[in-house]
Amino acid sequence: MSALAELMKRDIRIALRVGGGALIGVLFFLTVVVLMPFALGPDLALLARLGPAILWLGALLASLLTLDRLFLADHEDGSLDLIAMSRTPLELACAAKALAHWLAAGLPLIIATPVLGLLLNLDAPSTLAVALTLLAGTPALTFTGMIGAALAVTLHRGGLLLAVLVLPLSIPVLIFGVAASQAAISGPSSFGAPLTILCALSLVSFVIGPFAAAASLRHGLD
Amino acid sequence: MRLSGRDVRCVRGGREIFAGLDFETAAGEALAVTGTNGSGKTSLLRLIAGLLPVAGGSIGLEGGDPELTLPEQAHYLGHRDALKPALSVVENLAFWRGFLGGEASDAEQSIAAVGLDHAIHLPAAYLSAGQRRRLSIARLVAVRRPIWLLDEPTNALDSAGQSLFAALMADHLSQGGLIIAATHAPLGIAAGELRIGGAR
Repeated sequence: MSALAELMKRDIRIALRVGGGALIGVLFFLTVVVLMPFALGPDLALLARLGPAILWLGALLASLLTLDRLFLADHEDGSLDLIAMSRTPLELACAAKALAHWLAAGLPLIIATPVLGLLLNLDAPSTLAVALTLLAGTPALTFTGMIGAALAVTLHRGGLLLAVLVLPLSIPVLIFGVAASQAAISGPSSFGAPLTILCALSLVSFVIGPFAAAASLRHGLD
Repeated sequence: MRLSGRDVRCVRGGREIFAGLDFETAAGEALAVTGTNGSGKTSLLRLIAGLLPVAGGSIGLEGGDPELTLPEQAHYLGHRDALKPALSVVENLAFWRGFLGGEASDAEQSIAAVGLDHAIHLPAAYLSAGQRRRLSIARLVAVRRPIWLLDEPTNALDSAGQSLFAALMADHLSQGGLIIAATHAPLGIAAGELRIGGAR
């Protein structure tokens, strides 16, 4: 267990230090959300209606942006060889890396959401609802995205492949995330149902993601 | 403890690199693997380390820890140094020591043992090639594993570094360890020789 904690600490430290992983995602999210009101025009009602969708889309694209480098650096400097030869199962090491990535890149997005909700004319309860759905759904994005990231390593810089493989898997998360947010804001339908499905998607990805990623990394070791 | 390979065959990228290779090393012994460029020295080390699947024959370890697989009892010192440029020298080593377990000595002591104590807080991005090599060697000192798989270990090391590493290897062998090293230059310790490739 302490080996996994060491791995997570190292990844978070690098992400926060280099300014690569953590900051780029949040800045991208900021850019998308800031530009939306300018693109859509000063129609406040329209902005409020599209608000949750814009926040979700921004968060999805931002978290996928930095995902391809999840395993790439370790593969290129030979760390992956040593991780594969250690007493820690590769599946758990992949899960630890994905969790560290979510903490460094996904959590800042969730924290930035209430601030950005103001730009989209969303009131406080609505932005908190969106933030809650992001909290439930962004782990699913990271853990399914890691499958594409591992395949991209095996296939040597298949960054395009990452987008093609991962986007279809992220669509259900996006649909339920926006549905839950809309339900919380304008609500005839219940908020609980899509939120629980979102949590279920995250839980399933916690299991499938690491196993699939480890399997494809083993093929890429040579 | 005895590490042996029988009739080992290696295939990489659809191409057969070598076949029918036999080798055997016992505790306290070193094996120097020599051969021309591209003959498969690195591939052999990666096969033993479990990073490449064995395409034919077998590689086995007798007398090691029965609870652990062969890669879990081996150190692999490859061409790439497994160092993160954003982290300092001591942070890099402390990570590997914490992650790999089996601490043999303190991070600062290991760094001093390879002669990098003046650069202990320097980000790894600023190290020269020889210093990066020394830091990788510090990992072998900091974490105890009986088998050392070394790929051209003295690459980029100056003569002081080479004698330092020869002393570390001799120390490892005297404690019952086992070394298999791919090398072009003499290792500096007594070693058997395995030549791959022959006349091709």
